[in-house]
Amino acid sequence: MFAYFYQFIDSVSFLVLAALGMAIIYGMMGITNMAQGELIMIGAYVTDLTVNLLGLPLGIAIACGALFSGVVGLILDRLVVRHLYDRPLDSIVVTWGLSIAISQLTFIIFGSSMKGIAIPFGSFTVAGKSYSYYKLMLIAIALVLIIATFVVFKFTRFGLHSRATMQNREIANSLGVNADRMNAGTFMLGAALAGLCGGLYLPAMALTPNYGDSFLVQSFVTVLVGGADPLIGTVFAGGGLGFVEGILDMRLNTFYGKIGILLIAILFIRILPKGFSGLYNSVQMDIKTRRNKRGGALA
Amino acid sequence: MEKKIINPQKDILVLDKVSKQFGGIQAVEDFSMTMKEGELRCLIGPNGAGKTTVFKMVMGVYMASSGRILFKGEDITSLKASKRARKGMSIKMQVPGVYEEMTLRENIRIAAENYVPKKDLETEIDRLIELVHIKDLGNPLVKNMSHGQQQWLEIAMALASNPDLLLLDEPAAGLGPEETDFTAELVTELNNQGLSILFIEHDMNFVKKIANDVTVMYYGKKFVEGPIDEVVNNPEVIRIYLGNS
Repeated sequence: MFAYFYQFIDSVSFLVLAALGMAIIYGMMGITNMAQGELIMIGAYVTDLTVNLLGLPLGIAIACGALFSGVVGLILDRLVVRHLYDRPLDSIVVTWGLSIAISQLTFIIFGSSMKGIAIPFGSFTVAGKSYSYYKLMLIAIALVLIIATFVVFKFTRFGLHSRATMQNREIANSLGVNADRMNAGTFMLGAALAGLCGGLYLPAMALTPNYGDSFLVQSFVTVLVGGADPLIGTVFAGGGLGFVEGILDMRLNTFYGKIGILLIAILFIRILPKGFSGLYNSVQMDIKTRRNKRGGALA
Repeated sequence: MEKKIINPQKDILVLDKVSKQFGGIQAVEDFSMTMKEGELRCLIGPNGAGKTTVFKMVMGVYMASSGRILFKGEDITSLKASKRARKGMSIKMQVPGVYEEMTLRENIRIAAENYVPKKDLETEIDRLIELVHIKDLGNPLVKNMSHGQQQWLEIAMALASNPDLLLLDEPAAGLGPEETDFTAELVTELNNQGLSILFIEHDMNFVKKIANDVTVMYYGKKFVEGPIDEVVNNPEVIRIYLGNS
């Protein structure tokens, strides 16, 4: 039983960490960033180089990776993405092109693989099976990031202005909100979260120029199933997909786990094209309509 | 709102031969207009005359294809909307420019945060809500407010920056008689406090009630300009816009 639970929360944390950055960029800016995997890869490379070349501790190296990916994201936004704010389909093609260019450039500079980092903190045993403490820490970090994202977008000035820009750029500008700066900040935040994910999973995975591909499909599917709301969407989609993937991984193998989440994505496109966010909004609307009707009847 | 010190001889807004083209369509052509500080002026004209385009060019939502826009003596033609807003200009759009998925207070907070110190923010939000008579509503999601309440909320948002020039695009559109009367009182009171106001309106009773001067637009150009009584009795204005009713 513990094995199933562990697998489930491991899958959920992987999906949440992989998808959160992409979900913020998609939800707040309407940009489907197909170069998100490469931003994850950049974070992992910087983490690897900071540990193996500079000898800094893993925690600091991961923070450097996140920061560097954030800066790369900011540069990409200013040079390329800002021209695509109102062109969602073009943004897919252009960011896909960027992803190919970045991964090939990485291959030319660093070769086909890197040294990598051993998984820290050791392991513990339950019912004869071994489990990693580090993976438990990743689960805790995923939870903290979800709460932090909620706080940032709900209660801070940046979050309020970012939501305002997302809902109507024209009004935001007229109220003195610099919509360009908000979008750049949002893209940078999404890129930094990608870099953080790359650094966090580095001890658990082999580092190659295609490192980001392992994350891109899952994060893309999570955003697709989650819909436009980066928080509601990521939490529900991460939970649902993590449950299916975890069960299939345990009962069959990881191949079937991936097939499972792709099938769910297809079902969602067919039945709930706006994902969990759309479902959440319509349920909220239903409750409100019922309440209003009840209020009207009482009056 | 503190009374503004104004100099009625000083220009607050100058449009100098401003034009706007959308592809092959000439929406506004060589439009010139000057507003003095403390003035309350109305822009009227048939649908498609270019009034809203002029507003959006003044605010910087659209950039002028040619011509110059001066605000308080400074050339702002190439400035972005957010920078113009910070120089003391704000707008209420034709379709209520409010955030429907956010609460009433969140809407005003977005507008006020750039201008009001954090410690005074909640008090300022309360003051603005009271000013436009929507205090009794509490703090609902804006999509649950009526059209009129949304219009007033947007005026409150526009006032949050304590602007020197307020642009109101059809402030009485879609309002009932009582709501229109309150809006007229509100606009007049704001003007009495020294706020310069330029507004677009089709409801001529509303215009006659509050405006001193009127500029008439027709096919993207200035047709005629002058005191309200002269303009509404101008036979050419009656022919192209007002009709005989």
